[in-house]
Amino acid sequence: MSLTKQIDETDHVLGPADAPVTLVEYGDFQCPHCRAAHFYLKNVLATMGEDMRFVFRHMPLTQVHPMAQAAAEAAEAADAQGKFWPMHDLIYENQDLLSPALLTRLGQRLGLDMQRFTDDVVSHRFLSKVKEDFMGAVRSGAAGTPSFFINGEPYEGGFDDESLIDALRFAAQVRAPHPSRGQHAPRPRAH
Amino acid sequence: MEALKAGARAPEFELNSTPDQRIKLSEFRGQRVILAFYPADWSPVCGDQLALYNELRDEFAKHRAICIGISVDGAWSHAAFREHRGYKLALLSDFEPKGAVARDYSVYRTREGVSERALFVIDEEGVIRWAYVSPIGINPGADGILKVLEEMDGSRS
Repeated sequence: MSLTKQIDETDHVLGPADAPVTLVEYGDFQCPHCRAAHFYLKNVLATMGEDMRFVFRHMPLTQVHPMAQAAAEAAEAADAQGKFWPMHDLIYENQDLLSPALLTRLGQRLGLDMQRFTDDVVSHRFLSKVKEDFMGAVRSGAAGTPSFFINGEPYEGGFDDESLIDALRFAAQVRAPHPSRGQHAPRPRAH
Repeated sequence: MEALKAGARAPEFELNSTPDQRIKLSEFRGQRVILAFYPADWSPVCGDQLALYNELRDEFAKHRAICIGISVDGAWSHAAFREHRGYKLALLSDFEPKGAVARDYSVYRTREGVSERALFVIDEEGVIRWAYVSPIGINPGADGILKVLEEMDGSRS
């Protein structure tokens, strides 16, 4: 099991392309564990800085999370106007209130062209992208959300910031060993 | 104990899918069955094995396959669990006698009184074509299931 779809221009990416470590998350906007991971990831990104590249892909479990797919499509519609990450963050920060009306309000808050945004959401313009992400997760062996891959390999540890930072630093050292840095194994899965 | 392997005939069973409805494996003869054993209802893990398989029902259907969950929980527990989680796939109750079907497939954990997390892909004639027992605590994805279904499609053409 490893990441089947390589990172390309269709992905949502934070951080430099040549970072020694890449973290890919398959996430669901309505999953409470993904929401928790989202807040941990803020600290992970701040701590790792330029040593890390972060990629978010969609894995909406639509039967158990009825708003997850609409939220994913709304994030893609915001991306079409250059606002993927602000929309991504706002959805997680307001997950408890997730509804079509909330997505509209978030679009307004981000100053989007609302006619275009609404047309894109209603016409499901980005549904195929969301489904492509989802099947990429399934083909890579993801079993739930959030699912993480570090440098293309599945990460089975906890998704709290400390566990992720340990694992990311370890992966970065493996890829680019430095004589002055000690190596230690990532923590075992904590949940 | 070693789970039944590919090539073995899938043991027949008849179990409750709801308090009022019973299902026999042989009713599915002519289509493929993905039999997904899991330890217990009400797993706290979000987006667990069943949620993923539930999501993939249409994908499985493209390969003429239906996925069925099975655990030692009672039919009333299954009914509440399905409703709570929004699952549409059938959940079978291997409750009385407890774990009898899991024992037939050699995936019963006697000490804990639950089944292993185990998958069997059964073909149109009732023969196991793929078997997988997950390490304890790890939810298997569906990549292996899809791969074997695609291989079965290829072997028929």
